[in-house]
Amino acid sequence: MQAMPKAILGRKVGMTQVFTEAGEAVPVTVIEAGPCVVVQKKNVEKDGYNAIQMGFGDKRENLFNKPLKGHFEKAGVKPKRYLREVRVEDVDAYEVGQEIKADIFAPGDKVDVVGTSKGRGFAGGIKRHGFHRGPMAHGSKYHRRPGSQAAKGPARVFKGRKLPGHYGVERVTVQNLEVVRVDAGQNILAVKGAVPGPRGGLVMIRDSVKAR
Amino acid sequence: MDLIRAVEQGQYKENIPDFRPGDTVRVHVKVVEGNRERIQVFEGVVIRRRGGGLGETFTVRRVSYGVGVERTFPLHSPRIDKIELVRRGRVRRARLYYLRNLRGKAARIKDIH
Repeated sequence: MQAMPKAILGRKVGMTQVFTEAGEAVPVTVIEAGPCVVVQKKNVEKDGYNAIQMGFGDKRENLFNKPLKGHFEKAGVKPKRYLREVRVEDVDAYEVGQEIKADIFAPGDKVDVVGTSKGRGFAGGIKRHGFHRGPMAHGSKYHRRPGSQAAKGPARVFKGRKLPGHYGVERVTVQNLEVVRVDAGQNILAVKGAVPGPRGGLVMIRDSVKAR
Repeated sequence: MDLIRAVEQGQYKENIPDFRPGDTVRVHVKVVEGNRERIQVFEGVVIRRRGGGLGETFTVRRVSYGVGVERTFPLHSPRIDKIELVRRGRVRRARLYYLRNLRGKAARIKDIH
């Protein structure tokens, strides 16, 4: 494994399955990964940390405001829909305007995938925290309620108490997924297992922290 | 959607006969024994086909030595060598679970003529 973190932005396309040579069906998530372009390099002297900024995806040019257009113009690249930063040790290994494609990964690599989970709105304790439910019948009037709020001694509810509330639309990372297929020509990355977020959502794929 | 198809491409079987629940089929399965591979035939009545695309599966039921045996195969699995259509049967539903409660003569399915 390289010491340098590898990362690419992509769009979740959906799930399907792939058969191995032994005939086992492997569930995979198909991601349209890249092509990404390096828009800016950040370094310790100027910005306090080392990172590269990547752009991904197209958007009509008239939808960008002037400051953003200027930012892209400075890099000499076409304006991109998404901009994300990735921390890297060695900024000089990258050039502004350089293209990053799916072939930075190979089948068999382990990756982490970062996405924004599906929004579930205001969710109850059962869906949000995995609470148990009460009996639905036999005269029970206690179905899906959150239950006791804790001891009565403190005369208040402690912070962090798990209660119903907004659930989803959070940053979620799934670690250690295996890359099953790479096609840089069609910008395809197929990763074993599920990936956070809805179809069409932005995801970031980077090499696994655990494998490093 | 197109990218999904691009991933699935080349994995679909092309020589699948058009069979439905109620039909009798002969499934040639590749079995690995130690380091040798051979082909085993499983013949019986198709009692269901479910799913679509690459993930479609079908279930074949046969009664072997008085014991009902059901095997579910992924339709496009590379472990299936071929599927032969033996007989077409006339049935009135898509899931033939009622066959599990029938035995002998009652469990027969009429041919389509």
